[in-house]
Amino acid sequence: MIPPPIAADDEHAPIGQTDPEGVSTRELTGGADLATVPMWRIRLRLLRRSLGMMWGLFRGNRMGMLGLGLIATFAAMAIAHPILMATVWEPRVYDPVHGYDAVITEYTVVEGEPSDPATEISLNQARLEMNPTIDVGETIFIPTQPAPPTLTGETPHFLGTDARGRDILSQLLFSTQAAFFLGAVAALTTVFIATTVGAIAAYFGGWIDGGLMRFADLILLMPLLPVLIVLSAVLDMSMLLLGLIIGVLSGFGGVAIVLKSQALSITVKSYIDAARVAGGGHWHVIFRHIIPNVLPLSFLFMMFGVTEAIAIESTLSFFGLLNVDMTWGIMINSAQNNGYLLSGTSYWWLLFPAGLAVTFICFGFFLVGRGMDEVVNPRLRSR
Amino acid sequence: MTTSLENLETRQIDPTKPLLEVDRLVMHYKIKAGEVSAIEDVSFTVHQGEAVGLVGESGCGKTSVALSLLRLLPSNAEYISGEIRFNGEDLLYLSPEEMRQHRWKDIAMVFQGAMNSWNPVYRVGDQIRETLDTHYRGAMSYDQQREHMERLFSSVGLTPEMLDRYPHEFSGGMRQRAVIAMALACSPELIIADEPTTALDVIVQDQILKELKRIQAELGMSIIYISHDIAVIAEVTDSLGVMYAGKLVEYGPTSTIFARPRHPYAYLLLRSTPSISGPRRELAPLEGEPPNLLSPPTGCRFHPRCPFATDKCVTDEPPLEEIGGGHRVACWHHEQVPELEEALHR
Amino acid sequence: MTATLPPPRTGEPLVEIRDLEMHFPISKGLFRAPTDFVHAVDGISLDIAPGESVGLVGESGCGKSSTGRMLVKLMEPTGGSIIFRDGDYQRDVAKVKGSEIKDFRARVQMIFQDPYESMNPRRTIFDTISEPMAVQGVGSVAEREERVLELLQLVGLTPAESFLFRYPHELSGGQRQRVAVARALVMNPTFVVADEPTSMLDVSIRISIMELMTKLGQDLGVSYLYITHDLAVARYMCDRIAVMYLGKIVEIGPTEEILANPKHPYTRALLSAVPVPDPSLKRPPVEIKGGISAAINPPPECRFIQRCPFAAQVCQENPHPPLEQQGDRHFVACYRVDEIDSVTEAAS
Repeated sequence: MIPPPIAADDEHAPIGQTDPEGVSTRELTGGADLATVPMWRIRLRLLRRSLGMMWGLFRGNRMGMLGLGLIATFAAMAIAHPILMATVWEPRVYDPVHGYDAVITEYTVVEGEPSDPATEISLNQARLEMNPTIDVGETIFIPTQPAPPTLTGETPHFLGTDARGRDILSQLLFSTQAAFFLGAVAALTTVFIATTVGAIAAYFGGWIDGGLMRFADLILLMPLLPVLIVLSAVLDMSMLLLGLIIGVLSGFGGVAIVLKSQALSITVKSYIDAARVAGGGHWHVIFRHIIPNVLPLSFLFMMFGVTEAIAIESTLSFFGLLNVDMTWGIMINSAQNNGYLLSGTSYWWLLFPAGLAVTFICFGFFLVGRGMDEVVNPRLRSR
Repeated sequence: MTTSLENLETRQIDPTKPLLEVDRLVMHYKIKAGEVSAIEDVSFTVHQGEAVGLVGESGCGKTSVALSLLRLLPSNAEYISGEIRFNGEDLLYLSPEEMRQHRWKDIAMVFQGAMNSWNPVYRVGDQIRETLDTHYRGAMSYDQQREHMERLFSSVGLTPEMLDRYPHEFSGGMRQRAVIAMALACSPELIIADEPTTALDVIVQDQILKELKRIQAELGMSIIYISHDIAVIAEVTDSLGVMYAGKLVEYGPTSTIFARPRHPYAYLLLRSTPSISGPRRELAPLEGEPPNLLSPPTGCRFHPRCPFATDKCVTDEPPLEEIGGGHRVACWHHEQVPELEEALHR
Repeated sequence: MTATLPPPRTGEPLVEIRDLEMHFPISKGLFRAPTDFVHAVDGISLDIAPGESVGLVGESGCGKSSTGRMLVKLMEPTGGSIIFRDGDYQRDVAKVKGSEIKDFRARVQMIFQDPYESMNPRRTIFDTISEPMAVQGVGSVAEREERVLELLQLVGLTPAESFLFRYPHELSGGQRQRVAVARALVMNPTFVVADEPTSMLDVSIRISIMELMTKLGQDLGVSYLYITHDLAVARYMCDRIAVMYLGKIVEIGPTEEILANPKHPYTRALLSAVPVPDPSLKRPPVEIKGGISAAINPPPECRFIQRCPFAAQVCQENPHPPLEQQGDRHFVACYRVDEIDSVTEAAS
């Protein structure tokens, strides 16, 4: 349950008292007698109201809305792919992994260097590439791979094809799903672990705290990327596994330290004492009081966790270390394998779409995280 | 306005001469939800060498008034009308640079909670020196500063060695004394003390209040005390003003107001303060809550809680009127207030 | 769940504190046993009768808050005992463990000082007040709703239904403290420790909270230990006052007696330091020296010796004086009580 935003500290400010109106119980019960309305329905309505309030705050933040727009765009891309594959796109041609579309170009074999590379080809090259017995004057048909973007024709490729004849746009859209999946797995795992670790360390203190924090320091010492490279050599790395590993390492590491200090600031508040005096045991206090008040900050880190995970995946795929079919990283990896990495703008469609996709989705999540800052921390709100 | 060094010399004071005149001050805060009417038509005068108190509960505007005197309010505070005259000069129309000339040299402040605002990583002496550097740029040598600070510390009852200590080595009362020393650093004519003893134990509070009284008398300084603690105000002030919801509802000599409070709020406030001396009287409860200043009540702002409220109180705001001997009240029914005493006994 | 209780037994104290101690270790090294201790509470004994309201008064660092926390088991004492008797129930609070804790918590409750921090900002008023019931598994949801409404009515937050699902930030300080009182009373306790419940409230609101606590205490048969630094407030809330200094009770007796006839030098200094809201009254000078208060490993003699204007040879040579009766239920811990009395009589 997403709790309402942290209430602002009521300083005795000369701004007048807090508004005593709030939501009336009448609204919550929908006019019915209180006894007839089950508690879960009331809680649901309270939740909806607080979510609405948070949304209202978030909406006013331009950065956050921009980020949300970016993410929504990518979500649309992810949804678009299966729809397109089912309707307009022929799987034989447009499948991101197995599709093939050859753009065949006719070349005339000439002696020496060709004066028009688009239509002529030298004898040596023709013999090398196609037919050792071919002779000058004959025409040969060579498939152009990767092919630049074509907007027309029977099988248009809006972003061209890659070195194996596969449609770039299809690959781009397909990879979005993997990115979201990975991001979600990594971020949720991180937050789940870090929040629990932080709350337990803060609440119990002593050697439990010491042990968990030293462990976190240990993890911080390890450079994440090299570790993952080594692990991927040993393990069969799927997206799920990668997400979990990133989540575990981040969760016990730096994020746990930050969330623990947040949890610590809550542990010393007197409502924790009040909960214990009411008869609450350790777990009641941790899960009903500490964690709900840490969660807003956790959500914030979740956003940043997504960007980290996607960036790492791109790097690992670039090195070809992951056991995945198609991601943005794989797209760039494929470009590199076929020697097009340093081709500059000649074969731009092999590199820029994938690279920009990674950049902009990370940017989107980052902006949302920044936008959430205002929701999470009432002190940042403009008055 | 002084620019030369006056190392804690006593001044010649003329108690009839006004030092600070707040004249019909109106200030609103502009926030997203609207305008908060924080100070509404507040007027009072502080004479040379006088100790004036501002009493009221949270949200009444007393701290806003204090900060206005130093022009330290946030940017969303708008002065609608009124003047603040210090030695005849209107502070509200000064440029930031001109105002900075007055700050600390003429008017200084002991802020609420200042004792906890010492920077823990610097020595206390260095932090006070920072004040001197800011205001006497280049005019004082290091040794002169040291000598000055030692005199400041002894005048507030601290030993000179404490200048070289860190804030965590001071007790609460000592930190507050150091704050007062910092306020005195540029020999101001007026000090504003905002809740100077609220966080202190009662024995330390007694010492600090006595210290302030002594300093005030020796240096010929005026003080404005701001507090919600009526007992403290009773002890240290010559005149006092009672504020409620941004308005000054009663003003006059301290002994007069305590003997004959004539505003219902002032009366009830005085009677809701438990005391250890005197007979154990019944305390007067004050119903309700202070109003929301975004949309304050019409007419007299106290009318929703006032036992004497009539229709007139809802529509017309009572002006602050003189009822004799420097005693001013803003209430249509101030003559009926003594009846409250009988009502309480019933 | 109605609020009827067996009538208070006379003679047997509800709470019996004997030689209660709380020594905090200051550890010097990672592996060495600590040799320095802060004697926050250093052997206090106190009885609280059923239906009585006792004030624990002192300045910061005297140990009153620590005592309060030990009484509600937020802290475990390092020595002494707290016997709690409630009808047939009798336990040493320090020895209550495991499954017995919940029963104890239904009988002994606490009201906290900070109305802004003592409530989880994410939980509704209903959740906050019903937390003791929820945690102890008492009543169905509907029954809890009913009980909370009953309590909201009792503490004057009406119309009760409109407060049920509000959040703390929608309430003012005074309203929040009423919620705190409601929460303390929800399980029908017999003993409530109130730790400075009004010190963070506006002056005009304090009275209503104090009156509420007093009235409910009388109606529901609840005893209070009222912890405060404000003697004026203690006067209005308490039948008896115990004055604490550096972990010890130095004087205890009926409220008006202590205020009229303080016998311990610290009590006298404390009383003379309290400002009175009457400009015509001149306070007597505060007789106390600015000495150092040794809370760490204090020496055995009288705790007040460094600051006492009447300290003499007998105070140096003997351990901290025990509480001795000096009047009707009036006890003082000072060797020089008689001399001080005659000195001040001569002076006036």
